[in-house]
Amino acid sequence: MSLSTDDIKKVARLARLAMPEAEITAAHAQLSGIFGLIAEMQAVDTNGIEPMPHAQEITQRLREDIVTETNQREAFQAIAPQVERGLYLVPQVIE
Amino acid sequence: MLNSSLAQLGAALRAKKISGVELTQLYLDRIAKLNPALNAYITVNPETSLAQAREADSRIAAGTASALTGIPIAQKDIFCAKGWRTTCGSKMLHNFVSPYDAHIIGQFNRAGAVNLGKTNMDEFAMGSSNETSYYGPVKNPWDTARVPGGSSGGTAAAVAARLCAAATGTDTGGSIRQPAALCGISGLKPTYGVCSRYGMIAFASSLDQAGPMARSAEDLALMLNVMAGFDERDSTSLPRDKEDYARDLAKPLSGLRIGLPREFFAEGLGSDVAHAVEAAIAEYKKRGATIVDISLPNSRLSVPVYYVLAPAEASSNLSRFDGVRYGYRAPEYSDLTDMYEKSRAEGFGAEVKRRIMIGTYVLSHGYYDAYYIKAQRIRRLIAQDFVEAFKKCDVIMGPTSPSTAFKLGEKGDDPVQMYLSDIYTIAVNLAGLPGMSIPCGTGSNNMPVGLQIIGNYFDEARMLNVAHQYQLATDWHTRTPDGI
Repeated sequence: MSLSTDDIKKVARLARLAMPEAEITAAHAQLSGIFGLIAEMQAVDTNGIEPMPHAQEITQRLREDIVTETNQREAFQAIAPQVERGLYLVPQVIE
Repeated sequence: MLNSSLAQLGAALRAKKISGVELTQLYLDRIAKLNPALNAYITVNPETSLAQAREADSRIAAGTASALTGIPIAQKDIFCAKGWRTTCGSKMLHNFVSPYDAHIIGQFNRAGAVNLGKTNMDEFAMGSSNETSYYGPVKNPWDTARVPGGSSGGTAAAVAARLCAAATGTDTGGSIRQPAALCGISGLKPTYGVCSRYGMIAFASSLDQAGPMARSAEDLALMLNVMAGFDERDSTSLPRDKEDYARDLAKPLSGLRIGLPREFFAEGLGSDVAHAVEAAIAEYKKRGATIVDISLPNSRLSVPVYYVLAPAEASSNLSRFDGVRYGYRAPEYSDLTDMYEKSRAEGFGAEVKRRIMIGTYVLSHGYYDAYYIKAQRIRRLIAQDFVEAFKKCDVIMGPTSPSTAFKLGEKGDDPVQMYLSDIYTIAVNLAGLPGMSIPCGTGSNNMPVGLQIIGNYFDEARMLNVAHQYQLATDWHTRTPDGI
């Protein structure tokens, strides 16, 4: 299958990446090349092969539901772009 | 002192022939002198390093030193270290001073090692040449017109130029082994799950693994002894008994069965690299090993499979960078979505954005089965090839990289050409196996060639034995670039 420039715009929006028109053509050419490489997979017969999501056949380890971390709000908020009274600030989302 | 092994340095420190402060100062002076030309380090904090060295000296004086106490170690800038700027090679984290330590950093701190600084890397570990770093490319100490490889290129250059005693790297598709090969040093990617990923900034979580990079297999073993071990904060960390990875170094090689995958010696391999690797295998034969012909028929699919799975995982992992809790926020925006889109577009570099786009696409509605699940099925075929191969041999050998270090800018405009430089390393990550690279000669341009050694799951001690015995018989690993 081949990618269209509309696909590129849609994916950029899904990925929350601002992409000016000027960058779309270049991105389209490079991603088409990469998907050309990826297309080699389609010729392989994978009927009856279980997907391998992970390198080790392990199940999720569970632990007691207890607090293990100490409160470090000040240390963590010190590196945030914008905070006020212990809250992270973002542009208004509800009128 | 610069060419002493970690064991010799440790002995000299404990015998008080040199202090941790003197040794740290020696490396800091070298970094000040040589780093401007190499760009191997992003951040050094001399005062912090020297304070750690003074603590190490007190431990040594008190008689409570361990193997790496007082030894200056460089850390790839992907590991969060409390109080240190941790950039992951990205503008996105330019001002990020970590409030906590990665597990690996904690392990080195507990061992009394000195953190000498944070090494340069491809942005978010995405690259094979170090050219995607926001902090500029690292130069290969053997020829500064050439790349050091990537993504752990700063670490590889720092070890090769003797700007640290040893260092850490991470390997998602070859990021320890390929730069080790291109810079003429030794590097080991352990079995997936051996080293905790806690505090190691995530790229592709099912593939990422930390490992040591050093001047010899013997040094790698001492480093891995500190780095390996169970950590409950990483859900994929494996609960296993503590091992001494140096325990088998002295074992003779007789009876060793070396598998040579015919696919690794086919079209695409540089003749100079092939020549050096074949000479290394001849040396192993001379020392009592037998050669077994094996096949990894699906390994040719590892690059396409990797470029579905790794970007898919990356697009999910990197969604956390939204300009809200940490990292870069664009200076101007109209609303929340605009803030996300501009912060990410301005904070990430071109290669990172490209991979986020690939990952978002292959995970999107209508393509998930055709790409993501298909790639996971082929991943199993690739892993099964290794299971079959290890029925016939103890280790697998081949080239680490199809060529020696290429020129800066040479592959800049063609991502596919860059991706293919990891053709021999990626299958190992997909299978979760341990892999290493050791220097085994030079190519036509006099640049180092790496021999890749792939082991079965949890067979690191044997791989280190196999590498160490070669290094006892040869001197490729002791050679240094001109002027170093």
